[in-house]
Amino acid sequence: FSSRCRYLFCVSGDFVKVYSTATEECVHVLQGHRNLVTGLQLNPHNHLQLYSCSFDGTIKLWDYLDGILIKTFTVGQKLHALYTHARAEDSVFVTIKKEKPDVFQLVSVRLPRSPRQDAEAEEPCLVLGYISPSPKCVAFGSQGDYVAAVRDFYLSVYFFKKKATSRFTLSSSGNRKHAKNNFTCVVCHPKEDCIATGHKDGKIRLWRGFDDEKKYTYTCLHWHHDLVMDLAFSATGEGGSLLSGGRESVLVEWRDAAEKTKEFLPRLGATIEHISVSPAGDLLCTSHSDNKITIIHRNLEASAVIQGLVRDSSILTGLMIDPRTKALVLNGKPGHLQFYSLQSDKQLYNLDIVQQEYINDYGLVQIELTKAAFGCFGAWLATVEQRQEKEGELELQMKLWTYNKKTQGFVLNTKVSMPHEDRITALCFCNAEKSESPTLVTASRDGRFKVWVLADDSDIYREAVGWTCDFVGSYHKYQATNCCFSEDGSLLAVSFEETVTIWESETWELRCTFCQRAGHVRHLCFGRLTCSKYLLGATENGTLCCWNLLSCALEWSTKLNITVMEPDPRSENVAAVSRSSGGSDLFVFKPSEPRPLYVQRNICSEEVRWGVFVPRDVPDAFTSEALQWLNRSQFYFLTASQSLLTFSSKSPEEKLTPTSKQLLAEESLPTTPFYFILGRHRQQRGEQTDGASESELVQLPLTENVPAISELLHTPAHVLPSTAFLCSMFVNSLLLATEARSAEEMPDDVDMEEEKESDSSEEEDAVTEKVQPADHADVGDDLQQLSQLSKCEEKELRKLRRVDYSWVTAP
Amino acid sequence: MGEFKVHRVRFFNYVPSGIRCVAYNNQSNRLAVSRTDGTVEIYNLSANYFQEKFFPGHESRATEALCWAKGQRLFSAGLNGEIIEYDLQALNIKYSMDAFGGPIWSMAASPSGSQLLIGCEDGSVKLFQINPDKIQFERNFDRQKSRILSLSWHPSGTHIAAGSIDYISVFDVNSGSTIHKMLVDRQYMGVSKRKCIIWGVAFLSDGTVISVDSAGKVQFWDSATGTLVKTHLVANADVQSIAVSDQEDSFVVGTAEGTVFHFQLVSVTSNSSEKQWVRTKPFQHHTHDVRTVAHSPTALISGGTDTHLVIRPLMEKVEVKNYDAALRKITFPHRRLISCSKKRQLLLFQFSHHLDLWRLGSTVATGKHGDTLPLSKDADHLLHLKTKGPENIICSCVSPCGSWIAYSTASRFFLCRLNYDRVHPKVSKMPAFLRSAVQILFSEDSTKLFVASNQGSLHIIRLLEGSFKHLHTFQAQSGTVESMCLLAVSPDGNWLAASGTSAGVHVYNVKRLKLHCTVPAYNFPVTALAIAPKTNNLVIAHSDQQIFEYSIPDKQYTEWSRTIQKQGFHYLWLQRDTPITHISFHPKRPMHILLHDAYMFCIIDKSLPLPNDKTLLYNPLPPTNESDVIRRRTAHAFKISKRYKPLLFMDLLDERTLVAVERPLDDIIAQLPPPIKKKKFGT
Repeated sequence: FSSRCRYLFCVSGDFVKVYSTATEECVHVLQGHRNLVTGLQLNPHNHLQLYSCSFDGTIKLWDYLDGILIKTFTVGQKLHALYTHARAEDSVFVTIKKEKPDVFQLVSVRLPRSPRQDAEAEEPCLVLGYISPSPKCVAFGSQGDYVAAVRDFYLSVYFFKKKATSRFTLSSSGNRKHAKNNFTCVVCHPKEDCIATGHKDGKIRLWRGFDDEKKYTYTCLHWHHDLVMDLAFSATGEGGSLLSGGRESVLVEWRDAAEKTKEFLPRLGATIEHISVSPAGDLLCTSHSDNKITIIHRNLEASAVIQGLVRDSSILTGLMIDPRTKALVLNGKPGHLQFYSLQSDKQLYNLDIVQQEYINDYGLVQIELTKAAFGCFGAWLATVEQRQEKEGELELQMKLWTYNKKTQGFVLNTKVSMPHEDRITALCFCNAEKSESPTLVTASRDGRFKVWVLADDSDIYREAVGWTCDFVGSYHKYQATNCCFSEDGSLLAVSFEETVTIWESETWELRCTFCQRAGHVRHLCFGRLTCSKYLLGATENGTLCCWNLLSCALEWSTKLNITVMEPDPRSENVAAVSRSSGGSDLFVFKPSEPRPLYVQRNICSEEVRWGVFVPRDVPDAFTSEALQWLNRSQFYFLTASQSLLTFSSKSPEEKLTPTSKQLLAEESLPTTPFYFILGRHRQQRGEQTDGASESELVQLPLTENVPAISELLHTPAHVLPSTAFLCSMFVNSLLLATEARSAEEMPDDVDMEEEKESDSSEEEDAVTEKVQPADHADVGDDLQQLSQLSKCEEKELRKLRRVDYSWVTAP
Repeated sequence: MGEFKVHRVRFFNYVPSGIRCVAYNNQSNRLAVSRTDGTVEIYNLSANYFQEKFFPGHESRATEALCWAKGQRLFSAGLNGEIIEYDLQALNIKYSMDAFGGPIWSMAASPSGSQLLIGCEDGSVKLFQINPDKIQFERNFDRQKSRILSLSWHPSGTHIAAGSIDYISVFDVNSGSTIHKMLVDRQYMGVSKRKCIIWGVAFLSDGTVISVDSAGKVQFWDSATGTLVKTHLVANADVQSIAVSDQEDSFVVGTAEGTVFHFQLVSVTSNSSEKQWVRTKPFQHHTHDVRTVAHSPTALISGGTDTHLVIRPLMEKVEVKNYDAALRKITFPHRRLISCSKKRQLLLFQFSHHLDLWRLGSTVATGKHGDTLPLSKDADHLLHLKTKGPENIICSCVSPCGSWIAYSTASRFFLCRLNYDRVHPKVSKMPAFLRSAVQILFSEDSTKLFVASNQGSLHIIRLLEGSFKHLHTFQAQSGTVESMCLLAVSPDGNWLAASGTSAGVHVYNVKRLKLHCTVPAYNFPVTALAIAPKTNNLVIAHSDQQIFEYSIPDKQYTEWSRTIQKQGFHYLWLQRDTPITHISFHPKRPMHILLHDAYMFCIIDKSLPLPNDKTLLYNPLPPTNESDVIRRRTAHAFKISKRYKPLLFMDLLDERTLVAVERPLDDIIAQLPPPIKKKKFGT
């Protein structure tokens, strides 16, 4: 598995992603398979090549450094897993499915040596029958002498020399004690004749002496209380160590495979799905069920995290946009709020709301984060968490977080336990610019809504502000279902079952009520900008109403079963998604006109749960009438199967292109087998002459890439020129970057050409790879963007400069 | 089967003493077990793990080591500083010899079995030569600083390893000098503990020394260089014992947490000759310290403070997977500790240093089948009879009339007469007349007392009101000194059957005072004997669960016995793992034989057909809802009740009343010292 590695390979749907272990950046995406990629293995005879197999029945050979497909072998059957071994000359092993359901075989496939790019693989020959399709359930022995496979209660070992299979059976579910004896995974010791198997009851068995069907023996290691998801042997040390992980999200290292000498790396966040070890054993890597890859050092210290969008079982908070970072905010790990950058497909950070140790077990009722809202342009965040074990035993907590500019994060300000007697159904901030104090309204099923304001909470010890309840309102003891502030913050609309009430926010007086007798109000929103005199309400019975607040009369209503209604913050448009029999339809309209601006039928077949408008940094200019609503912001929505989709503006012909397909694919990562494979070792640093590092220095201002600078920082001090020399040069280059941005672009290209010619160290190669896309994007940009970019670059650089100075002062 | 009123007796608060050492003898497949009270028991592993012989304990004789030497000789050494040799034929102590080194902590016989090595409190290691009649001191090895807790011979007999406190010494046998001193790490889970006690060492033929210590480590040392090779941390508490198999391919260690770990020598890869020791299976059969382990070719044997002797067979070494390959757990002695006076409804309980006499309670209530009847009169503790001196009681008996109690220690035989005139019976002691007895029995009418002494002789004593008279002594068969362990007398008092540990059953005519006949010898030892009333059929139960019925007047096996031998017993019957310890008869139903082992009570009805392997052996309740025809068809001779367990004694008081003495294991555990606390997951 990953090695003296610079690269990490991971299957992501139809693609294979190549990550750099040092920077966690995705370096390449290997595309070419037409179905789910199921197995990855390095070519044992050429460490720069990678085999991959897929459900589309092909095995592809890649050059992963350049991201080039070298060869394609067609097998013709669905391939479930792929194995290679150095002993097996130009043949690989794959798991295929027999005609009968549920019967899988391990077969060896001879790959023809032909110069053509496409080749037909030869007829496979059977090695082992009746195995499990999971790639974790087959392992090859140290010298390639044997292969072990597990399924249910059997461990089968096939010896290539003897051409014989021995099978070991554990007592099955017959008696209660061994009810969960099923095998879950198997690995072989890299040096010794030892097979480790993981079991459903959390035991790990180490089998030895299995070449004799009678004299075999096993040792039992038991720490996990739930099933062992994956095992791996690490080659380092004398006896090597065994790593195991499971649903406890703790990585356990068994030194010398002994019970008493285990070490733990706890709190990895989510169930460990896969573990892999680099061939040299200096890096470990775990992948988790929450779409995360953790890179771990030999001393069990997590060094890096590659985090995608976390898939939670239930997105209760909905989609929100952090006004500051423009990141999508939604439920992440249990009890956490994730900030996800849509532009870079990366998790920005994770806010622990519940602040309790998460115990992963069946049958436990966890605290759920149900509501969250941003207020005052991202200065405040309100969250609601609840835990209900039985009817009437509700634990409710509202937390208010303030944004701390110093730490660039949210800090807990006020904690309100049991803000209401029943579940909170809605939460909204008054976002008016003129409002002197932030105001928050919560609506609950106990028939009340409460207004919370920020008040002075100073005492003799410190100056502080806190939130206190200002007003409690109710309407005929109906359950409050929704609440909404008007754009200027002067009016508050609260819906009580079928009735909508309008309150004056200055005095908290009830101004008027609207009642439509058309079912409970599900969504409520005020119009914006020119349409701010309108109030929109969607009811459960499938009616969309629009009231005019000036005349206090119903302006129009229409029959529409609306599941999501979302106003665009930048325009007066409102997007509504309705559920029809065929799928979900999207309507975009202005509250002032009952006619929709834009209709898109069947945006997806599933139910749309949440939607959000993401404001664009740069307004796109769409000439087409129908797409004008997309000018200022982009609409993202989340479906029931937790795929995040968006309307693309780039290809108006298609309207809906999966720009976030990549994202989608990554979300399927936990379910597909994936492998990281060895990358290339960093070139020996000793070879790097001073000249090389100088040439790197020249590049630095051009690249403006954080990793590039960090590479410089990584270079050992003894090969660098004197710090004074280096520092002044470095700082100068940075200053230059801020001043004359456009002037840099020319030398940049020139430098790149030079590099190509020189073909120097690989270090540089990697750098250029990163440079290229960035540069091209830059060139293509218009002026406005450039200025904007350089602004943010300036900020970045300022930060860097700070970093750099600290580095200088450190020695 | 008939209905009975059952006295369910649970007030026999007998606690077996903890096991201190076990020694396995490969040649005879016998196991010697010594307990903390000094008792030594011999188990015959080939005879269905039957406890063949036992030597009574002694208060001052705390056995610390036990070993077999050449020619089936058994030695023990203890904290009183004496080495004792046991006479396995006469069931007594051959001699004891002071080693003059203070308390002895360890002992090991040389691989040839001709030399004996002991480790003493004062740090001396002494070598004794085993002569045919006695042992003789040969020489001292280099004196060590502290007590020698463990000893092991190199299989060639040239070197020995001795475990002391904090270090292991390796001696050269010829010169008696220390070659190496291997210091053991005191660190215990990062904390420095006071001392690291080497509880056990084992010397392998390749020069490896394996040590187990109080820090929970199993360590491998190279004795040639005196260096540590490998450490296995197996427990958080002491590892107290180690035993290596003869092939040296596996060994077993026992820890104070009650876990037994098995280590095996496994080749690293299939085609290389390199091998390594690997901890394989843990066994948790004990709740308390495992003080001692033994490794027989096919089984791991462990014993400890929780008084169980556990024999765990190694599946890979067992050729035939039959019931012999199952786990055995032996808790209770295979001999009778309870006797019963039917007339007065008395029970006599035998403890190691005292006897308890109880009168059973009674009830006037009646009830349906399965009802628990309320007691109208509670059971009465009549008598607490303490022995004088440090010796344990070997055997005891109360006469059927209840007015005599006889018991014996290793040095003296006691006979007491009880007078029931007052509330508490008065005990009047009879003058001593015999040295010691192995088994005591009263005749049915309480006029005769039969005593088997440990020289193989049988004494008959006539009892009169308040006095006794020695009637006759049957001398042992010429040339044998084997003691008679079991006695049975016919209800009419005419016949006396006696059985030794190995040879057949002898039947004596009491009237004519001569040997009547000898029942042909059988391969397995006798576990219970009884003579039926009227027919005078002798029923013999053997340790392999076979039952024979022998007609004394005809001097041959009865027809029923021949039939059952021809047909064979039910396979489940033969798989029972505790021996039948008592046989009795129903006075009114001559066809019934009542017998029990520790986990079941059975009535054999000789008139019914015998079960074959296809029929159900255990019929928990008579099927009342079935028709008579089916009942008759399914009925067979063996009526088994497993309701009372563990059953120590069961007898018929009168025609309709049974008495069952149970000793629940939980009560025993409750009286033991608390075990080491272990964190259990999920609590």
